[in-house]
Amino acid sequence: TCVHSFFQGCFVFKPSSKKRKTRSLGETCVNPKSKNITWIYVLLEVLQEELNKKILDSLLDFAKKCSTTRQHCDWASKMRANEIPTAALVLGVNVPDHDMTFQSLFDLLKHSVTPHVVSVQAKECGVLKHLLKRVLEGLMDVAVDDDDEEEMEQNPRSVHCSLSTLSDWYTAKTKVTATPGKKRNVQDEDEHHHHHQTPPVVIIFKDLEGFNPRVLQDFISICSRYIDRLPLMFIFGIATSPSTVQHMLPHSVSSLLCIELFQSLSCTQHLATVIDKLILTAQFPFKLNGKVMQVLISIFLYHDFSVRNFIKGLQLALLEHFHSQPLSILCCKKKEALLNVTLLSGRDLETVRQLPSFIRFVEKQEAGEQVKLMTDDDHLKEACQKLIKDLRKYHKSYYPVLRCLHTLTSLLPRYPLGKQIRELHLICLEKNVWENEDYQSAMKLLKMLAKDELITSLRKCSEILSSAKSKKMKKAFTELDELLAKFKHLDGKLEKINDIPSLTLCYKKIERLSPCRCHLPPPESQTLYEVCYYSSSATVRRHLNATPRTSIQTALSSPCFYLQNESLKNEDGTVSNSAPDICIAYKLHLECGRLINLYDWLEAYATVVSAAEGQDPDCDTFGKVDDVKHARFIRSVSELEFLGFIKSTRQKTDHVARLTWGGC
Amino acid sequence: MPINTLVQNVRATPQHYSYPSIFIYGHRASGKSHVLHILMKELELPHAAVSCVECVSAALLYERVLTSFFGRSAASFLPRSPSLSEFVRLYRHQRSQSPAEQTRYIVMEKAELLRDADANLLPALLRLQELVDDNITVILLSEIVWEKFRPNTGCFEPLLLHFPDYSKGELQQILSTDSHPSYSAELYSSYINILLGVFYSVCRDLRELRHLAALNFNKFCEPLTEGKVKETETHKLWRNIEPHLKKAMQTVYIREVSSLQWEQMQQTEDEGGALRGLSAHTHVELPYYSKFLLIAAYLASYNPARTDKRFFVKHHGKIRKTNFLKKNEKTSNHLLGPKPFALDRLLAIFYSVVDSRVAPTASIFSQISSLVTLQLLTQISHTDQLDAPKYKCSISLDFISAVSRTVNFDIVKYLYDFL
Repeated sequence: TCVHSFFQGCFVFKPSSKKRKTRSLGETCVNPKSKNITWIYVLLEVLQEELNKKILDSLLDFAKKCSTTRQHCDWASKMRANEIPTAALVLGVNVPDHDMTFQSLFDLLKHSVTPHVVSVQAKECGVLKHLLKRVLEGLMDVAVDDDDEEEMEQNPRSVHCSLSTLSDWYTAKTKVTATPGKKRNVQDEDEHHHHHQTPPVVIIFKDLEGFNPRVLQDFISICSRYIDRLPLMFIFGIATSPSTVQHMLPHSVSSLLCIELFQSLSCTQHLATVIDKLILTAQFPFKLNGKVMQVLISIFLYHDFSVRNFIKGLQLALLEHFHSQPLSILCCKKKEALLNVTLLSGRDLETVRQLPSFIRFVEKQEAGEQVKLMTDDDHLKEACQKLIKDLRKYHKSYYPVLRCLHTLTSLLPRYPLGKQIRELHLICLEKNVWENEDYQSAMKLLKMLAKDELITSLRKCSEILSSAKSKKMKKAFTELDELLAKFKHLDGKLEKINDIPSLTLCYKKIERLSPCRCHLPPPESQTLYEVCYYSSSATVRRHLNATPRTSIQTALSSPCFYLQNESLKNEDGTVSNSAPDICIAYKLHLECGRLINLYDWLEAYATVVSAAEGQDPDCDTFGKVDDVKHARFIRSVSELEFLGFIKSTRQKTDHVARLTWGGC
Repeated sequence: MPINTLVQNVRATPQHYSYPSIFIYGHRASGKSHVLHILMKELELPHAAVSCVECVSAALLYERVLTSFFGRSAASFLPRSPSLSEFVRLYRHQRSQSPAEQTRYIVMEKAELLRDADANLLPALLRLQELVDDNITVILLSEIVWEKFRPNTGCFEPLLLHFPDYSKGELQQILSTDSHPSYSAELYSSYINILLGVFYSVCRDLRELRHLAALNFNKFCEPLTEGKVKETETHKLWRNIEPHLKKAMQTVYIREVSSLQWEQMQQTEDEGGALRGLSAHTHVELPYYSKFLLIAAYLASYNPARTDKRFFVKHHGKIRKTNFLKKNEKTSNHLLGPKPFALDRLLAIFYSVVDSRVAPTASIFSQISSLVTLQLLTQISHTDQLDAPKYKCSISLDFISAVSRTVNFDIVKYLYDFL
């Protein structure tokens, strides 16, 4: 959340509509860095809307349909009228992502179907009364009386917590709203009347699994008693599988519902879209290097399946990049980047000279040029402009070629280069893809591919290339097109001749494709790649995948790491005597066995603390336990107990048992 | 029969005091509420209809009763969280102003829920007449027999009435009444006959049958609308609808498929059964480590803790199952159900089953709690207890086998029951 709030802190208003978004780009952003940040933020928002669009649309349709079928008076719908329409919305186990979906669903429903929408969460509704209260409060916007609070001061507007109150309120509400709307034309009014006279009352159960089945059953059976007066509709948010509904509700209750299933895209598909739109594109200058990508993707796959967390990780990387890399000022659109190069200060230029990729570049130049680059600032700026342009060109060809390679290899059996494009992208980020063994085998397999499949995938490739803008790609596109034409031409003859010519043709084809390889070297080989690529995977990992145990141990064994107090540092890296009490107690306890004698521990502690106080070791009182030391010791021991390092034992009352091992 | 008694009781002499409480029981959809509702409406009797499931607190019940007898203003005198005696006092006060001209009735549906309410509520309701000194009768409707209600402290015995289940003929008669306006009543009646022929052996619930009748009638009429068959050719109609009803028995009846979907299915005439029922979707996608956590939890729940060494220590030597066996462990652990385990044990097993080195990061722990929210694990100890929480694994063997198959883990090898 910290990243999120940072964004909100940065900009006074959060762009809400598309119109405002474009304007805000021009107006609010003075600093190129902040421009970048707004841009990704806007992009993410749009993306999120897009991701859920399909399922939300179908849900809206469902809601509209339900409210209209209720108006029908034919025999069949009359016979079915006592069922509560219910949408079972299966969203997958990535619970943190759901909030966003529900929020947009809530807004959409409110906007286009009915003003009466409420969403409830399991943790607020432990008992039936609380659930009713939530529903009533959410819909009627008044305080609801639930009898058991201490707040005895009677709220004059508070109402009784029962569904009949709601139904009375609903009847009153719909009567009032039925009168206006006379200015519309007849047909429109007719439609509107139907719609607006009895808008459905939608109750969203965000996390069905969490609800107490008993509460839910009772609630549903109460609701079904009012269905003739109150056009209710439920939406169940399900994280696991739809069969949960049957586990939770007995037949007598589920027969009151008319459940329709809505399955959202799987979270891996969501991730694929996000990666496709944000990462595998040249239009956005900020990039992640292989390791950071790897960290983010493995957090996703191994830990949470949460697209939202992935995006947060991306945002974190973005912030860190702009925060820690001074040259990130060049990480923006082409024109601004070229402009910013001219604005670089002497110190910035010095940083450029020290970039590893730039040093490599310089080493390849002639001697005279080398000197010029290292001394002449203006010359360096010119060179930088050229390098930035090169980097952009590299990106422009990298992504289309990557996609082509993926379309070709994703057909192959057992996916030598990965099933998903992100896997291929990771391979390419790592090292030269063509040196990879899997690449070799993929190419061999490709040569054995059936002709039809090859042609279809080549067609796809040419589609990809056709949308690319750079010159090289256009050239490649025309070549590929020619080849495809030749193929077609040959097709007629192929039937007469044997397979041999077609094979040779395939070979030729592959040979033609191979120049594409030169577009896929890893970004590390590009000069000035540091400008655009964020590479500190350790930071990202530390922030996103925290290890509380390790942090506690670090804090205890080397307090200076967190306190940043030089006096706590010892030369040999051990804990100094003047460290906080708990650190000393911790260090002493590491020297003990499974059972620790408390008195011995106390004495050792007193000795260390006396030394820290600068007492004379030969003095009588040295190492003596006084009340203050005793109290401090007891406190640190109980802190250690709280942190789970020790616990008291029943075997020996003056001993504690140690719970952790290692770390000595 | 019971209806006659009821009507007699109600009609005899409205001014006279009636029996204080009547207890009516019968299965679901045997007409209890309906009969009473009609009776009260037709005879215009003063009554309060209350559903116990709706009265989350006794206060609501009191409010309903007072409102329906004396109007809204009377109920507003009720204090917050009123006690029974306050209700009685208020009732007596109101009664003195507007005494009953004829018997007042309180009809309570789903009375079985009263057993979970305050202990004094049910006995008090049974003799409410005596308490409020008014001509009032409380009618309790329940699906459970009176014997299960009787509190052990004893109480006033209500008048018992039983609504028996409908016979096949009665069902036929009742169902035939909702005939479709555009078809003749005879046709609908013969349709009901066919429907009962298929469903009567599995379902006698009037509401369900009615629902099924409504859903399948369109299909039944299809040959008629197409003009292939005449209304009188019942046999042909039967041939047409019978397989269809059988299919309905497997899907809509058990709510595998919702009625809306069923109708759509009929319209599109999808023979391949493209529509999958709710229980067909049991697959749950989980993050990689969550899968292993779940596997570890399953093992911890179904293996005795003593055997962990045998499964997870590399050089455990040969320990035979017979050496382990304690007397009570001869029965399968799977029959006994999952056992609780501590977090430590779960993590220990997790680290030994997962094939790579995993850092004990915060996300591992948060995955455990998300598994709890997904109801795949249940937390036994109270959520307030932070120290050494205990869990149980609440998934089936089939589920865990499917999960472990996706990560190439042979779970059966690690289960004590299958050694």
